Amino acid sequence: MTHSKSFVGTTTSFFLLAGLLLLAAPALLPAFRLELLAKWLCYAIVAVGIHLAWGRGGMLTLGQGVFFGLGGYAMGMHLKLTDAGPGQLPDFMVWSGVETLPALWAPFRNPAFALAMVVVLPTVVAILLGTLVFRQRVRGAYFAVLSQALAAAFVILLVGQQGLTGGTNGLTNVQFFFGLDLYDPAQKRIVYYLVVGALGLVFLAAWQLSRSRLGRLLVAIRDGEDRVRFLGYDPAVVKTVVYAVSAATAGIAGALFVPVVGILGPADLGVVPSLEMLVAVAIGGRFSLGGAIGGAVLYNYASTGLSETFPSGWTYLQGAMFIAVMLWAPRGLAGLFSSGWSWIGGFRERRFPGSGGLSSTPASLPEPKAASASAPAQATSSTTSSASEPAPASGPAPSSARGEVPA
Amino acid sequence: MAVLNQLFIGASMGAVLLLIALGLTFTFGQMGVINMAHGEFLLVGAYTAYLLQNVVLALPVAFAVAGALGLVLERLLIRRFYGRPLDTLLLTFGVSLILQQLARDIFGAPNVGVTAPAWLTGGIGGFPYSRIFILVLALACVAAISLYLTRMKQGRRMRAVMQNRQLAAVSGVATERVDQLTFLIGSGLAGVAGVALTLIGPVGPSLGTYYIVDAFLIVVAGGLGQLRGAVIAAFVLGVLNSFVEFWTDASLAKVVVFAVIVAFLQLRPQGLFVLRSRALT
Amino acid sequence: MSRGLRGSLVAVGLVAALTTTGCVGSAPSEAGASGDTIKVGVLHSLSGTMAISEVTVRDAELLAIEEINAKGGVLGKKLEPVVEDGASDWPTFAEKAQKLISQDKVATVFGGWTSASRKAMLPVFERNKALLWYPVQYEGLESSPYIFYTGATTNQQIVPGLDYLKEQGKKSVFLVGSDYVFPRTANKIIKAYAAANGMEIVGEEYTPLGHTEYSTVVNKLQQAKPDAVFNTLNGDSNVAFFKSLRGAGITAETMPTVSVSVAEEEVAGIGPDNIAGHLVAWNYYQTTTGATNDAFVAAFKATYGANKVTSDPMEAGYNAVKLWAAAAEKAGTVEVEPVKAAAKGIALDLPEGTVTIDGENQHVFKTARIGLVQPDGQIKEVWSSGAPIKPDPYLKGYDWAAGLS
Repeated sequence: MTHSKSFVGTTTSFFLLAGLLLLAAPALLPAFRLELLAKWLCYAIVAVGIHLAWGRGGMLTLGQGVFFGLGGYAMGMHLKLTDAGPGQLPDFMVWSGVETLPALWAPFRNPAFALAMVVVLPTVVAILLGTLVFRQRVRGAYFAVLSQALAAAFVILLVGQQGLTGGTNGLTNVQFFFGLDLYDPAQKRIVYYLVVGALGLVFLAAWQLSRSRLGRLLVAIRDGEDRVRFLGYDPAVVKTVVYAVSAATAGIAGALFVPVVGILGPADLGVVPSLEMLVAVAIGGRFSLGGAIGGAVLYNYASTGLSETFPSGWTYLQGAMFIAVMLWAPRGLAGLFSSGWSWIGGFRERRFPGSGGLSSTPASLPEPKAASASAPAQATSSTTSSASEPAPASGPAPSSARGEVPA
Repeated sequence: MAVLNQLFIGASMGAVLLLIALGLTFTFGQMGVINMAHGEFLLVGAYTAYLLQNVVLALPVAFAVAGALGLVLERLLIRRFYGRPLDTLLLTFGVSLILQQLARDIFGAPNVGVTAPAWLTGGIGGFPYSRIFILVLALACVAAISLYLTRMKQGRRMRAVMQNRQLAAVSGVATERVDQLTFLIGSGLAGVAGVALTLIGPVGPSLGTYYIVDAFLIVVAGGLGQLRGAVIAAFVLGVLNSFVEFWTDASLAKVVVFAVIVAFLQLRPQGLFVLRSRALT
Repeated sequence: MSRGLRGSLVAVGLVAALTTTGCVGSAPSEAGASGDTIKVGVLHSLSGTMAISEVTVRDAELLAIEEINAKGGVLGKKLEPVVEDGASDWPTFAEKAQKLISQDKVATVFGGWTSASRKAMLPVFERNKALLWYPVQYEGLESSPYIFYTGATTNQQIVPGLDYLKEQGKKSVFLVGSDYVFPRTANKIIKAYAAANGMEIVGEEYTPLGHTEYSTVVNKLQQAKPDAVFNTLNGDSNVAFFKSLRGAGITAETMPTVSVSVAEEEVAGIGPDNIAGHLVAWNYYQTTTGATNDAFVAAFKATYGANKVTSDPMEAGYNAVKLWAAAAEKAGTVEVEPVKAAAKGIALDLPEGTVTIDGENQHVFKTARIGLVQPDGQIKEVWSSGAPIKPDPYLKGYDWAAGLS
């Protein structure tokens, strides 16, 4: 088991290093690059939720933008009200000819209420939808398309209610965040640390959740939902809970996005932005928490860099990047690293395949059917040893990962 | 009169929805490929019509061009992803970005115009000829497909593979060939739909993005791989949309249609029609 | 296995390479005005849905920059355009604007199309005390000290359009628009105008951006039977709208439409047959007479292809570059505050005629022109305000607009 332990050790030190870098970033980056990094870290928070729902739970959430938006608007409404000052209307309402503050907005003047809504709104919507959908055993592509339609409908609703939501423009020009002047780079740095802190907390929470009984049950459901049901569990409840957690995570990210970027509008919440949140996770590695976070930062970094370098043709490279990752690294970059690691480790420890830690990659393909036999057993067992998770492409023979699985 | 008119509009919206979804019932419904590039196959058809400036001639040509492109895509990329539907989504999203940018670089960013033939302009009793043409075209496509699936050898093989791949394979069906053909037909149908869209809508690089979500919804509501499900879903949703829009407005109509689909899937989680199977998922 | 490994290495290599190029691209560069060139930012959507409209505005701006460089540049230095892609996403516009200001240290930025992109960029420019030139007609009610508006405000386009309808004896009007700020604000103004001028608004319809199904809206038009339709639909939707209109047998004779977002380029996409005979309201057409416009059209075709057309937003983008260059020459520097001060009252002979910057609100004087779409896709001027109209973004000079904030 030394190999497994050393892998965990490496992962931990890797995360410590990443954490240190994030804390040191304000000293290393110019103010506006730091702002960008803060924005990417908001997407990294979303990625944690996607990792839980998709990587662990097999729920392809194509509508994370909705939850991101709910959290973001809850925060944005409060900030616009404080910016406007007591008794005044937010600027866009004035342009839209709204004369009295809509009843929907009034409670958001209270900061505690707004902060609570950041989490409550996405959670409630996710629970409602999850209960409806998962109880009926809608899954796979059906769930993906439904959640995508949800994003499309949400955007149309937002755009249609201009007096209430700012329409296509969304909420713009947010200047103050709980007393911080966001136009001042020094005070903006505090917001950056807030985002880093939130990411750290969300990361730890997700880690704990993955290691808990619920987390193991979730992986078991992903790999063989019917089998878990036969064992007496209700997969719909587990899936709904995790879906709600991932929605709340997206809501927190959206709420932080508003002070970081200063704008929140439907353009960031629709079908394509939601898809991009997912793509980032796929690139980093959906089965690994670290991979998901790294993917979100890397994807957004690459997009920004490419579009600055090749403004009129960068989408070619963006598209090529998706294709390349799906072709050669379907488990994302984290999958590459971990199989590379076990490949190296294989020379030393051929007899101890498997690596635990943060990745719970199934043995065969990203949507595995074959590996599920052992999963329910784990779910019911109370061991917490990471070594008993389904092993990824084990030891020196990653070729087994290319097996044909019938549809 | 207004109501009758609206009924016709609903039917013609249904026909458009059906046309754009037909190809997907093959690639998504039968093969489980979540083809985000489906919208760009529509685009290929639309630009074919632009190049030929002849809608009728463009129908078969677009079928061939889009079908060939689909086949290339299947051979190069998609065949490596069978059994991994969620991965195909991200893969084809990449393909769709590339095709869109390609269209922008080849044909320019602004919309291009396609001149409709003289006999398709105007209308009879308030019913535009172009709409009638699309309605007829959609029904003709459905008829041709169902004949193909039930009367022809390849079509029956296609259904066999969809219902039970292993059994079909051991019975001597070359499943890989069938996959190629299915993808070719699905993409080709998208090309045909793209030609029809030039009669009623814009022809520009982002054409595909306007229709893709609707197309998926029709297939899901109808039941994966179910032709009659798609037909019924398309017309019901088309008529529903047109009446809600008539009484309220376009934004609300779209939201109502989405809500109805979510509610409907509560009753029938697998869509209108279900392919019965003993397999556990 | 070796194949899998090789694939993995290729993937890592590719991502690493892409990231590195991004890295190189984002390496800090020298300050804008130093060296032999002056950097200027050009920020439009080159991808996404808005690329349809914005790419040609970028082309027109680059043409103006080329022309200025051919004549020796500004203050003896060549202009170096830094092009960025706003990607039809408003926060991206803000991000790229910040990048152009902080990293490229551009002297000014030309960019934006949608109101949403302008609203997103506005705080960035105000915060950094940098300059934006916004080249598209818009809904008014704004006057940022760090933005110059070279497109029309409402009293230079919408109000003249209404005056024309009134002059033609149109009594009832139906409003059709895309669901966003410009149409909603425009329609608010139209309703106030109608109330004061004895016109009746018989219907008001909004459709989502990118909507392509207009049969129902056309059916409602047929029920309401207005004398005219005021169309504030955006981009692609116009194509579907006019195709539906013609399919239903509605012609310009029975029910003319006045469009404020349909220019020569959109006419080509709609198909001239489908829109011929309908009215549009702008400040410039490709057919606008004058030697300056002839030269502009010829230069544009020579650079981008003989089949290309020029349109009002393109001309406004071209004007923005020329006006900024003139202001910088006059100020003797590209520093923002002196340029702003120098820009006041600058008058240039541009394709649409003489354009003067109004120092009060940083908009420009523009001649309103009503045009009739011709079967060949060109637009013929049928009415003009004669002299350039003073910009009035808040409609302070109109009694009927008193209630419009």
